[in-house]
Amino acid sequence: MTDFGFKLSKSSTIDLSRVELDRFEELCRQEPGAKVCIGCGSCTASCPAGRLSGMSVRKVLLGLQRGQKVNDMLQCCMLCGKCTMVCPRGINTRNLILTICRIYD
Amino acid sequence: MTERFNDSFHPFVIPFLAGMAFVITVCLIKAVVVVFQMESGERRRYLLSLLKPNIIVKNIYDIIVDCLLHVRLWKRNRMLGFMHSSIAFGWFMIILLGHIQVLLYCPDRISTFYYPIFFDWFIEGGQHTLISILLDLFLYVILAGIALAIVKRFYSRLFGMRRTTRPTLLNVIGLYSLWAIFPLRFIAEQCARSGNLTLAPWWAYSIALCVFMCVLPFSRYLHIPAEMMLVTMRNAHITISRPGKGIARVQTDSCPNCGVCIDACPMNADPANLKDSTVYLTRQIRRHNDRRVGQISDKCMLCGKCTSVCQVGVDGPKLRILARAARKYNIGPDFSNVRPDVPKSSGKILYFGGCMSQLTPLIGRSIESVLKKSGVEYKWMDRDGGLCCGRPLHTAGRLKEARELVLRNQEAILASGAHTLLVSCPICYREFKERYVLPGISVIHYADFMIELIQSGSIGLKEKSDICYVYHDPCELGRGCGMYETPRRLIAQAAGIAEAPKNRTESVCCGGSLGSLSLDFAHREKITRASLQNLYDSGADAIATACPLCQATFSRYSDRPVKDLAQIIDEQTVAVIDNSRRRETGCDIEGATLAKIGN
Ligand code: SF4
Ligand code: SF4
Ligand code: SF4
Ligand code: SF4
Repeated sequence: MTDFGFKLSKSSTIDLSRVELDRFEELCRQEPGAKVCIGCGSCTASCPAGRLSGMSVRKVLLGLQRGQKVNDMLQCCMLCGKCTMVCPRGINTRNLILTICRIYD
Repeated sequence: MTERFNDSFHPFVIPFLAGMAFVITVCLIKAVVVVFQMESGERRRYLLSLLKPNIIVKNIYDIIVDCLLHVRLWKRNRMLGFMHSSIAFGWFMIILLGHIQVLLYCPDRISTFYYPIFFDWFIEGGQHTLISILLDLFLYVILAGIALAIVKRFYSRLFGMRRTTRPTLLNVIGLYSLWAIFPLRFIAEQCARSGNLTLAPWWAYSIALCVFMCVLPFSRYLHIPAEMMLVTMRNAHITISRPGKGIARVQTDSCPNCGVCIDACPMNADPANLKDSTVYLTRQIRRHNDRRVGQISDKCMLCGKCTSVCQVGVDGPKLRILARAARKYNIGPDFSNVRPDVPKSSGKILYFGGCMSQLTPLIGRSIESVLKKSGVEYKWMDRDGGLCCGRPLHTAGRLKEARELVLRNQEAILASGAHTLLVSCPICYREFKERYVLPGISVIHYADFMIELIQSGSIGLKEKSDICYVYHDPCELGRGCGMYETPRRLIAQAAGIAEAPKNRTESVCCGGSLGSLSLDFAHREKITRASLQNLYDSGADAIATACPLCQATFSRYSDRPVKDLAQIIDEQTVAVIDNSRRRETGCDIEGATLAKIGN
């Protein structure tokens, strides 16, 4: 068969049936905002901790949704509330962060 | 005046004696426990303060004014004031006069300490002395107070209270026994005086006293002894440090569930938050309902209004911060490697805008513009972002981490060499004043600073604008730092000013407060709208405030412009180029004047 150079490659997405999402479910129960994030990144753009450490609420949420371990980032959050002020989905990001800090380790 | 019987005892005094012994024992134990729970240094200070003559005098005065006469409650609500003070003061006077009566007419019985309580049973013909007339008078006063209390229980609106709490069983028992004591005493006395020695009313009177005293330590009536203890602790300047222990415990126990804080709480614009006022916090702490204590603590906006209306001095926000601090987190912030870069600013003013001001850039720009006009030398510490002041972490109960941020900022500010730290966000300002130690640097709020600039003629005022502003007191600036008048004076110089019905210490939180952890956007809208309505009621054309968060929150829903004080002043002032345009006040702004402003 002629190789046209358009072959399908192995998917790089994460196999959701294999990741542990219990804690994410618990997070969604305690802070329903975790589910409605659209990943716009406004929070990250406004975050003063991001400049110092690469902290990004969006990345953390995305990672947790995929069952990845990203929560170290939260160590620089100062709870300043700017992300809450700008979030277009009205997510209570501070409570989200505190809840993540309680549930994950 | 003669004794009716040879025997100075009758079995009906037993319930009273038992109740008395019980209540004294339990309260003493509770007091000792509280004292032992205090940190050793504070405990020493507290116990020593109880021996100092000037503090003893102050304690007695405060106990009379606060616990017996309820002067603060009188000021707030006359009906409630009368109700509480008639019962408390009346009862106190009956006990006092009762003892004097025994001392005067049967001094050998003074050690039989139930004599004053049951005087008319044991002594015949005591009713026509001056003391006995006074005693009757105070009994009538108490009966009037109780009549009011009964009315209030069922028609609280007559007292101007929209909402009161629902009492629990023990509280109901305490309430009914308290209501019963004085009418029963009245009936018993009247019977005995008319020569009718039926025992029933005396037994009932004694039993009512016994029931009341037995439920006292386990109901809200514990506030009677606790309040007195709280007064002595307050005068010894003891501060809250541990949740549910020491003075925090006394504060919770001192709350008589009067309910004044329910209507005051801005969260109650939304009925969903009705059960999250401070009165419910103290109640749930007493019941050890940790789940509810957690929820109530997380929701509160820490606006401090409940504390400012509370006549006992229950510090709702502090109690909540402690409850938040008791929580365990698996991930903790770590700022050990973070260093804010602060520009060198020896001999200059260092301006700290704070995180919020970055989302409301107009405020920073206005301040910068005013600074430029005045020609004062300054550096902007966090123009391109910096560290948070630490207050949000602190109010979230993460005290250790907040401390670390404070230290980081403190080092950087001290190293900058500035003589003045100018702050525009009241949240930061409060944190700077309460937790930072900055020797040689005066921390000043821009309102103080600008008024000084105007008075010294460093910037000139334009003609007064004809816009009428209503000034909203931000929680952190007003109740938090006690600054109410300077912003008003500033606005009055630049434009018209109107007052909202609820202002100063009773100003209504904008609803955007960072204090609340669990209130989300959707649930804050009603609070913001209610707060705005209060401001609209002033009839002003525009809203002025002095907090970036209030401004951002109000702007979302307001039907009229919302401006920060700095913007108004910037619009209404000009640089003073030649001396002819200076206002006549005279003195130039120099380092000396600046240092003065901060103090
Ligand atoms: S609260 Fe935390 S995550 Fe959000 S903007 Fe502030 S520092 Fe960044
Ligand atoms: S701003 Fe809100 S919606 Fe956007 S990424 Fe952050 S949390 Fe998600
Ligand atoms: S906290 Fe203060 S205002 Fe509220 S019910 Fe208790 S005593 Fe009254
Ligand atoms: S601090 Fe403010 S929001 Fe919190 S309970 Fe008191 S009045 Fe309500």
